[in-house]
Amino acid sequence: MSATTKTLDELAEQGYKFGFVTDIEQETVPPGLSEDVIRLISAKKGEPDWLLDWRLEAYRHWLTMDEPAWAHVHYPKIDFQAISYYAAPKSKKDRPKSLDEVDPKLLETYDKLGIPIHEREILAGVAVDAVFDSVSVATSYKSKLAEKGIIFCSFSEAVHEHPELVRQYLGSVVPRKDNYFAALNSAVFSDGSFVYIPKGVRCPMELSTYFRMNAQNTGQFERTLIVAEEGAYVSYLEGCTAPMRDENQLHAAVVELVALDDAQIKYSTVQNWYPGDENGKGGIYNFVTKRGMCKGRNSKISWTQVETGSAITWKYPSCILKGDNSVGEFYSVAVARGRQQADTGTKMIHMGKNTRSTIVSKGISAGFGQNSYRGLVRILPSAENARNYSQCDSMLMGDQCGAHTFPYIDARNATAQVEHEATTSKIGEDQIFYCNQRGLSTEDAVSLIVNGFCKEVFRTLPMEFAVEAQKLLEVSLEGSVG
Amino acid sequence: MLTIKNLHATVDGKPILNGIDLTIEAGEVHAIMGPNGSGKSTLAKVLSGHPGYEVTAGEVLYKDGNLLDLAPEDRAREGVFLGFQYPVEIPGVSNVYFLKSAVNAIRKHRGEPELDAMDFLTLIKKRMKLVHMDESLMQRPVNAGFSGGEKKRNEILQMAVLEPALGVLDETDSGLDIDALKTVAGGVNALRSAERSFLLITHYQRLLNYVVPDYVHVLIQGRIVKSGGKELALELEQSGYALFRDTEAA
Repeated sequence: MSATTKTLDELAEQGYKFGFVTDIEQETVPPGLSEDVIRLISAKKGEPDWLLDWRLEAYRHWLTMDEPAWAHVHYPKIDFQAISYYAAPKSKKDRPKSLDEVDPKLLETYDKLGIPIHEREILAGVAVDAVFDSVSVATSYKSKLAEKGIIFCSFSEAVHEHPELVRQYLGSVVPRKDNYFAALNSAVFSDGSFVYIPKGVRCPMELSTYFRMNAQNTGQFERTLIVAEEGAYVSYLEGCTAPMRDENQLHAAVVELVALDDAQIKYSTVQNWYPGDENGKGGIYNFVTKRGMCKGRNSKISWTQVETGSAITWKYPSCILKGDNSVGEFYSVAVARGRQQADTGTKMIHMGKNTRSTIVSKGISAGFGQNSYRGLVRILPSAENARNYSQCDSMLMGDQCGAHTFPYIDARNATAQVEHEATTSKIGEDQIFYCNQRGLSTEDAVSLIVNGFCKEVFRTLPMEFAVEAQKLLEVSLEGSVG
Repeated sequence: MLTIKNLHATVDGKPILNGIDLTIEAGEVHAIMGPNGSGKSTLAKVLSGHPGYEVTAGEVLYKDGNLLDLAPEDRAREGVFLGFQYPVEIPGVSNVYFLKSAVNAIRKHRGEPELDAMDFLTLIKKRMKLVHMDESLMQRPVNAGFSGGEKKRNEILQMAVLEPALGVLDETDSGLDIDALKTVAGGVNALRSAERSFLLITHYQRLLNYVVPDYVHVLIQGRIVKSGGKELALELEQSGYALFRDTEAA
C-alpha cells in the first residue's frame, strides 16, 4: 500500500474512532519520556523486537549524555519530560473546518507564494476528506517507481515490508550514540521516508515528500533513510516552501544517506517552519542530524538546503567520503531574521583517495537574526590527494543582526589541498537607492540583490524548487530593508 | 519641463542648498559648475529623491506635477535619470539582468508590454555601440570590478536604454581619460533631442567642450550666483571661483 493511501486510511479510521470519547485517551501518550513510553511507541507501530531493543539502547545512552552547548544559539532549556512523544494524527474535529477558520496572515502568505487552493487546506491543517489530486498523482507515481524496483515509502511501512534493508542500514551513517539529538531521535522517532534505489537504476523522477504531504504529521522526530545501490541515482526533495502549522516546538530529525559504488544522491531541502513571533516566541527548534556516506568508489552526495524558517536551526548536513574518488557537496542558503538564530554548516570527512568536496554557504541576516556558519573539513591520513573548496558568504541587512563564521580545518595528509574563501557584505542604502533610481521598487531591489547573492546555491536546486525558493526568500525578507 | 523654486535642503541637519531657482525647458542642456562642497551633488540627489537629504523649503515642478511628492522609483519611472558620480556595485546581479529589470519596471509603469529577452538584447546591442562598451561587461555583475571609465560608460548606457526625459549627470566626467571622456560625451550628444533635457554637473569646463550647454550656472554655497551662456564656463576656467566667492562674502 502506498504511504499516502495508508496515511489517509489511518486518518479516516481514526476519525471514526475519535467518534468515541473513550478512545481518545488511548491515542494520547501523556508527556514524559521513559522506557515504558518507548515500549508503547514501538508497540503502537507494531515493531519487531530488534527495533525496540535498538530504541531502548539509544534511550539508555541518551540518558548519559548532555545537551550540546557549543552552538551559537540561545534558548531556554528544553524540558524533555514536558514533551509528548507519541501523537496519533489529529482528529478532524480538532482542526479548522475550512480556510475561513485559518489565520488570515497565513493565508496571505500562501497567496504570495502562489500555493494552489487545495494544497493550502492541507498545509493549514484543514480537515479535508481526501485530496484526490495528490492521491492519484502519488499512486500513479508509485506504480512507475515499482516497475523499476524502487522502494519509496514511509519509514514505518519499510520496517514491516523491508525489515532486512532497514536493519542493515539504520544507524549505519548516524549511529544511535552520535550526538544528543540523534540519540533522542533514535529512541523515539515517529516516522519519515525510506528510499531504496536498486543497482544501476536511475530514478526517473524527483522523489518528494510533497507527494506524501498528508503524512506531514509524521511528527517532530522524523527519520529518513535513503540507500542508492551501485550505479544508482536519485534526487530527493524534502519540505515545502509553505509555512506549516505545527504545534510541536521541538523537532529532532535524522537523515541518513548511503551511496555505494558509482551511486549519486542529491538531497534538496526547503525548510520554512514557523520562526516565532517578532519577540521570538513560539518558534520551532530544529535540531537535525543529516549525514551521507559515500561508501563506494566514485560515489557522490550533494546536499542543498534553503533554510528560512524555525526559531533555532542546528543543522550540519555532512558527507563521509569513504570511497576512493568520491565527491561531497554542500550548498546552503540560510536566513535568520526577526529573532531567528541559525547555526548551520557541514562536515566533510575525507577518508578515501582523491576525494573532493565543495562547500558553498550563503548566510543572510536581517532584523535581530543571528546566522552562524560552522563547518569542518577533515582530511584523514588515508585520503591521498584530497581536495576541498569552501566559500562562505554572509549578507547583512540592517545593523541589529549578526553573521558569524566558524570554519574548522583538520588536514592530516600533506597532499591535501584545502581552500577557504569568505566574504561579508551588507545590503546598503546606496544599493537600494541605485536600484530605485533605475525604476525598481525597494522590494524588487532587495529580491534582486538577495537572489544574486544566492544564485550559486539556487542553481543546484531542481528547476521548480529553485523558482519556489526564490519566491520564498522574497516573501521572507519582505520589509527587512527601509 | 523642470522648475526649481527656492529649494532648500539639509543633510544631517546641516543646510547645503540655500534657495535654488532654476528652470529647464524641454531640449535644453544646462551645466552647473561650482567648487567642492557648493551643493552640486546634493542638488542631483535631491532631484532624484535620495533618502539621506531633507528638503526644508521650496518646490520642484516636473511635467506639471510636484516632483518632491514622488518616491525615488516613481521619479525614475517618470523619466528622471541620475548618472551617479560613484556608480554602486551590486555583486551577483548581472548587468544585463539588472538593466532588463529596470527597463521593464519603467515600461510597466507606462502601461507598455514588458520586453522579452530577445527584444531586449536587440535594443541593448544597438545602445552599446553608442558608448563603445564591450559585450562581456553585460554578463558581469553590476559595476563590480569595473574600471572608473567602464562604470561611467555603463551609466550612459543605462541612460541610453532607459530613455529618460531628464538626464542629471553628476560629475560623469570625473576620473575619465580623454578618450573615455569623448566616448561619454558622444553618448550624451547622441541622446540630445528636442524633448530631452540634461543637467550636467561638473567641476571642469573640459566636458563642456564636447557637450556644449545652452546655459551655465555657477553654484556657490548652495545658491546659483551667476547664470550665462557657454562662454561663462570658459570665463570660470580662467578666473576660478574666487571672484564669486568674494561676491558671496560681500
